[in-house]
Amino acid sequence: MSNSGEGAVTLSPAPSGLARRSPSRDAERAARARRLTVRTIALGYLALLLLTPVAMIFYRTFEHGLTPVWNAVTAPNAQHAFWLSLEIVAIAVPLNTVFGIGIALLLERGRFWGKGLLGLLIDLPFAISPVVVGLALVLVYGKTGWFGDWLTEQGFQIIFSVPGMVLATAIVSLPFVARETIPVLRELGTDAEQAAETLGASAWQTFWRVTLPGIRWGVVYGVVLTTARALGEFGAVSIVSGRIEGQTQTLPLYVQDRFENFDSTGAYTAAVVLALMALATLLAMNLLTRRTRRRRTV
Amino acid sequence: MAIEVRNVGKRFGDFVALDDVSITVGDGALTALLGPSGSGKSTLLRIIAGLEDPDSGEVVIGGEDVTHAPARSRGVGFVFQHYAPFKHMTVHDNVAFGLSVRKRPRDEIGERVNELLGLVRLDGLAGRYPSQLSGGQLQRMALARALAVQPQVLLLDEPFGALDAQVRAELREWLRRLHDEIHVTTVFVTHDQEEAMDVAEQIVVMNAGRIEQAGSPRHLYESPANEFVMSFIGPVNRLGDALLRPHDIQILAEPDGTGTEALVERVAHLGFEVRVELRLQDGTEIWAQVTREEAQQLELAEGQILSVRMPAARVFTP
Repeated sequence: MSNSGEGAVTLSPAPSGLARRSPSRDAERAARARRLTVRTIALGYLALLLLTPVAMIFYRTFEHGLTPVWNAVTAPNAQHAFWLSLEIVAIAVPLNTVFGIGIALLLERGRFWGKGLLGLLIDLPFAISPVVVGLALVLVYGKTGWFGDWLTEQGFQIIFSVPGMVLATAIVSLPFVARETIPVLRELGTDAEQAAETLGASAWQTFWRVTLPGIRWGVVYGVVLTTARALGEFGAVSIVSGRIEGQTQTLPLYVQDRFENFDSTGAYTAAVVLALMALATLLAMNLLTRRTRRRRTV
Repeated sequence: MAIEVRNVGKRFGDFVALDDVSITVGDGALTALLGPSGSGKSTLLRIIAGLEDPDSGEVVIGGEDVTHAPARSRGVGFVFQHYAPFKHMTVHDNVAFGLSVRKRPRDEIGERVNELLGLVRLDGLAGRYPSQLSGGQLQRMALARALAVQPQVLLLDEPFGALDAQVRAELREWLRRLHDEIHVTTVFVTHDQEEAMDVAEQIVVMNAGRIEQAGSPRHLYESPANEFVMSFIGPVNRLGDALLRPHDIQILAEPDGTGTEALVERVAHLGFEVRVELRLQDGTEIWAQVTREEAQQLELAEGQILSVRMPAARVFTP
């Protein structure tokens, strides 16, 4: 599905029109009541699960004015956590984008033995708890793990440092790009690619000029989901990082740390920053999609 | 450039798409591959283009064996059944694609694209996107795109299949004239015998992965090699083992003892042509095609019993 940016608004069915054509007023009224019920339930559910808690966090953050918030934001550990989170996203997301597009192409266009198995493997990070992912990484790359000794000798530290955290984040957010791209790729079909080929384009030119533009909305949506997931990742990173203050603490880890230390303003503020970052990602995609759509559709 | 296909075979799993097929298309000719769906005509076209690999046999274009050459280096223009537009590009960029991947200078590309858009009568639509074009316009854009790289061979897969009747007739006429103008060797696939007869200089009739017969439209119509060709290339009546064209049935004004008695079951006036449905004494149902004038002279009416003569029936022995 390349179409994505519509969000919660689409939950309410199309207004008027249909009802006006119905001959009986009773039927019309019943239809309106039904629509209203569906809308209320949908919005109520959303409010209960999402809007109220998020609003509460915003409220509690700014409860005592702006000064404590400013202090909390500028605290060195908070700043460090913010930049570390960005750094991890900046590495893990491009990695997963390239890999995800590659996997999608392989699964949708390729013909090879074990394709079904690969398709299943891709979804594994969705099925496995992030905590298990973290533990597994420690088992392989930790000091006592398989490669641990060898890596330490070479001077690499994976666990309790950024590479391990990037690895953990990349694993848990792995499936998004591939999963969002595959259906779009299928819908795109092979005709346009074959047309490009008969026109003299190389495989590389065909990919950049025909395939990628054709699947871009799937990719963009996948990237947004990956980013949101990577920003918020807690479980796997929590285990792999060792949660060293000012060193291996990402924003979600910092939130929990502040919370446990009864620094509620610190915790809420960091949570709000995290929420705003996710929101900015969604908004950026929405704007991007809308602008290009308007230009290109009738 | 002439195209030669020699002993090509192709299977998809257990399905034999092409079984030892050979055809020759002369330089500059306009040829139709005609057959029912599943006859292998599209597969043959795709093999000529290099979009499909044959299991056996050779493809030679302009004297050069291209059997194992990739599609991009064969110098073929291919027009897909559903046009395969690059949806994210304007009409201009679609047509320019082949030139721009060859890294031609911008001026040259612009000039050539304008020239082609004029040729396919899409001037003024260069800035549109494919979603803003009608089926006929998309078809012409696809053609311009294929012609932009000056292919040695133009291949079209069911070029008019997805268009409504009027646009289809117009484009048919137009493709003929375009071919007269630019003389590129052209092969198109169709399942519509009328389309093939109307447009092509040479028709290759295919069925079940084999070539049944190749020749000019007139030759195929007048001397079909077998029952399949005769019944596919035009309407037929079946009289036991014999096949007969409806217009070969003579309806006699007065019985003279040489004809057979027939009962008129229905008379349909289709304009110039009148279709007369007849039942013979042995119960066989046939139909005759007569002109409007003939029908008037004979005063044809349902329930009438008259005498018919069937001189040109053909019997094919397998």
